[in-house]
Amino acid sequence: MSTTTVDPATSNAPEAALANRARFASLVQRQGALAIFVVVVAVASVSFDSFASQGNITGIAVQASFLAMLALGMTFVIMTGGIDLSVGSVFALGGVLAAWGSQHGTLAAFVLPLAVCGAIGLVQGLVIARGGLPPFIVTLAGLLFARGLLLLLSDEGATTYKVPRGSSFRELAQGELLGIPYPVILVVVFFAIGGLVLHRTSYGASVLAIGGQEDAADLMGLPVVRTKVLTYVASALLAGFGGVMIASYTSSGVTILGVGTELEAIAAVVLGGTLLTGGAGTVLGTLVGVLLLQVIKNVINQIGSLDSDWQSVVSGTILLLVVTLQRVLTRGDRT
Amino acid sequence: MTQHSSAATAAAAGVGDPVLQTVGVTKSFGGVHALKGVDFELRAGEIHTLVGENGAGKSTLIKVLTGVYTPDGGEVRYAGETVHFRRPADAQHVGISTIYQEVNLVPLLSVARNIFLGREPRRFGLIDVGAMNKRARELMAELGIDIDVTAELGRLGLGSQQMVALARAMSVDSRVVIMDEPTSSLETAEVETLFRVARGLRDRGVGLVFVSHRLDELWELCDRVTILRDGEWVHTGPMTEMTRLDLVSKMLGRDIEEVRAEGATEFGSSHLKAGEPALVVSGLEVANRLHGVDLTVRPGEVVGLAGLLGSGRSETVKAVYGALKARSGEVTVAGRKVRTGSVRGALASGVALLSEDRKAEGIVPDLSVRDNIALAVLPRMSQAGVVSEARIDALVDTFMKRLRIKASSPDQKVRELSGGNQQKVLIARWLATEPTVFLLDEPTRGIDVGAKAEVQGLIDELAEQGLAVVLISSEMDELVEGADRIVVLHDGHVQAELDSTDLSSSELLAALAGDREPDSQSPSPATNQAAKQAPTQTEGQHA
Ligand SMILES: Nc1ncnc2c1ncn2[C@@H]1O[C@H](COP(=O)(O)OP(=O)(O)OP(=O)(O)O)[C@@H](O)[C@H]1O
Ligand SMILES: [Mg+2]
Repeated sequence: MSTTTVDPATSNAPEAALANRARFASLVQRQGALAIFVVVVAVASVSFDSFASQGNITGIAVQASFLAMLALGMTFVIMTGGIDLSVGSVFALGGVLAAWGSQHGTLAAFVLPLAVCGAIGLVQGLVIARGGLPPFIVTLAGLLFARGLLLLLSDEGATTYKVPRGSSFRELAQGELLGIPYPVILVVVFFAIGGLVLHRTSYGASVLAIGGQEDAADLMGLPVVRTKVLTYVASALLAGFGGVMIASYTSSGVTILGVGTELEAIAAVVLGGTLLTGGAGTVLGTLVGVLLLQVIKNVINQIGSLDSDWQSVVSGTILLLVVTLQRVLTRGDRT
Repeated sequence: MTQHSSAATAAAAGVGDPVLQTVGVTKSFGGVHALKGVDFELRAGEIHTLVGENGAGKSTLIKVLTGVYTPDGGEVRYAGETVHFRRPADAQHVGISTIYQEVNLVPLLSVARNIFLGREPRRFGLIDVGAMNKRARELMAELGIDIDVTAELGRLGLGSQQMVALARAMSVDSRVVIMDEPTSSLETAEVETLFRVARGLRDRGVGLVFVSHRLDELWELCDRVTILRDGEWVHTGPMTEMTRLDLVSKMLGRDIEEVRAEGATEFGSSHLKAGEPALVVSGLEVANRLHGVDLTVRPGEVVGLAGLLGSGRSETVKAVYGALKARSGEVTVAGRKVRTGSVRGALASGVALLSEDRKAEGIVPDLSVRDNIALAVLPRMSQAGVVSEARIDALVDTFMKRLRIKASSPDQKVRELSGGNQQKVLIARWLATEPTVFLLDEPTRGIDVGAKAEVQGLIDELAEQGLAVVLISSEMDELVEGADRIVVLHDGHVQAELDSTDLSSSELLAALAGDREPDSQSPSPATNQAAKQAPTQTEGQHA
């Protein structure tokens, strides 16, 4: 062995320095949104007395919780190198089905939407993973399908299903524990599980490997098809569950919800530092992305004189800013 | 090698029994018959090499053996029983681990992740990251590679990545280990390590398949050989009964006498090196990598860059080409200063780089052979934005013939070519640009003996016409015979400069080893040393 060992000094020093550099770059990549988030929150707290009030903070958290569910699923999808455009519609469909189901008991309010949304995800996943069709097209079809189904169910939106008065289903989103609303607790729990799944299970490892280099993942013997199918099922289930939560929160199935929400979810994921090409990212970053978007909305509402259309303008600008920042800071770094 | 599986116990039994076999296997891709009824037999406890020209069907056979492709006809047998692997995972589960030709790992994940993907150590059902990193560190240490296992794989050089692939293959107990050109991007020291590991596995009863275009390695390592030619089985027999001439003639399907008539490498004698330097590099620095490299190349001169893994050879040419950002230093081409850090600037002043990692940095897999070759000349071949199709066709045709690129037509996607033929396409692309300075990083990597000579001949010819060439090669012979002068790099700076006229490859190796240990116990450069009587061949169609 003595003659074949590479002199550590030759190979180690530059490798280590590069690795440190890489860590710094990826830190920036992940925490860029966090930095902006902190700044926005700080400025808002100083500028508006009402911003830092407990009521407002809780409001932001609850409002963000629905998008957070969608964005969690989207994070996994994007990490496999895919995209899921159907989640906005699936989210709305889940809400309507939950409100309808709640008229037949709380169990039905959960089972019905999750079964239908899960099935939509399963079909999309199978067509993408087995059929090899592009996720963009398949989930665009899913978007149209779910929206159509929802309109059929609600007679083109004419019928709004109500959650019965006194139904325990209302508790899901309206109840609270120690002053913390259930949706917020659910989000925290789901994201903690999501993080664990991504970094500490073989499913999560497959997700990252597929997004990083799909043909290599296949040659390494990873279950590529199964992983992708599972990911689209999970994404649809999470979107459906977001719908269940919002039905409980509004006590009804609101048909006009979820239009364009899939794009918001994608924005949150990208803000959170997940590579749109897949293979790297964190669920925590996504959560920060979701909160940032929600805080921007809130701040613009606080500035009473501003039209709510400014929400999109500002969100879009910040998205561009963060992505540019990530790009600039990680460029020229690869050897 | 601590994991236990049923494969481990089985491996102990029956050394010498066939473990993996094909009987009359055929495989076609559209009109291309890649395998035409191939019989192959791997025994437990042997190292078996598959030999053949670029495009002979070696990688295809390996993919049929491991479930990547299903054969069109014939059958695959494992431990005596007919098997139908439907995907790579099926083959892995029964104890076949494979290092495919191109490094097939995930660049964005850490080294440790890559080693253990799909079978990570767990605790309480969850991946035990600490244990994973620790075992990865042990494995890499066993291979004598000192790298941070938590670093992203994509940041390592190709050689280190290859060693990670080896560590991955070692980390499971297998009955069969298949390695498709594992040494093509390795240095002598790493090759020795790989051989040590391979012999260790063989002694434990594992059957190994080994592919390499560095023919000397075959005698050093392998017990038996199977030769393929154009998708057909030609010969199987013990390595010891095979002379080099015999092997090459069987593989090319030509007479021994004909092969014998040709020389060792196609490089001619030294070139004239007059006039103003074509390339002057001074004080080139790249963060953490290069600490002031100076280099001068005159027109018509071939300067070799030598050094160990991590010495900064690839980085030097990349920085000259502008693909790596230089912190300081100057690059002058034909008397004019080139802006560093700009590939466009370098290209415009006539610098071309044939990069080491063709997959990541060169080839466009989904474009045709024709388009890949024409890519870099398009600006020159077009007049007022209109491209002359006929001129491009003529150019593509010339290079495909000259380099003997094996493709069904110029319109075939490069993705579908064999590894060696992809490399030839890249070489053709850069040669077509008629550069002033040509930086060649492992130009003959993965190229068969015949085509290797052809490439060497081309380089020589171009140098005679006044091209300045910088040549990197981990094959000492290629460096010593191809270069007029050799610059030895160590740890990012120039350590020595050698005149290669009277240099032998062993002397060069000694010079390289010299900076490692004061009394290196004969650096045992068995690789490439026996190569002197080594005849290679060409079509002999030099202009
Ligand atoms: N997916 C594919 N589609 C079409 N043709 C293919 C495909 N894969 C391989 N081929 C063809 O099959 C033949 C054998 O290729 P293969 O990769 O097995 O060669 P090889 O012996 O490994 O060569 P090398 O030494 O260059 O790696 C080549 O002519 C190649 O073009
Ligand atoms: Mg091959």
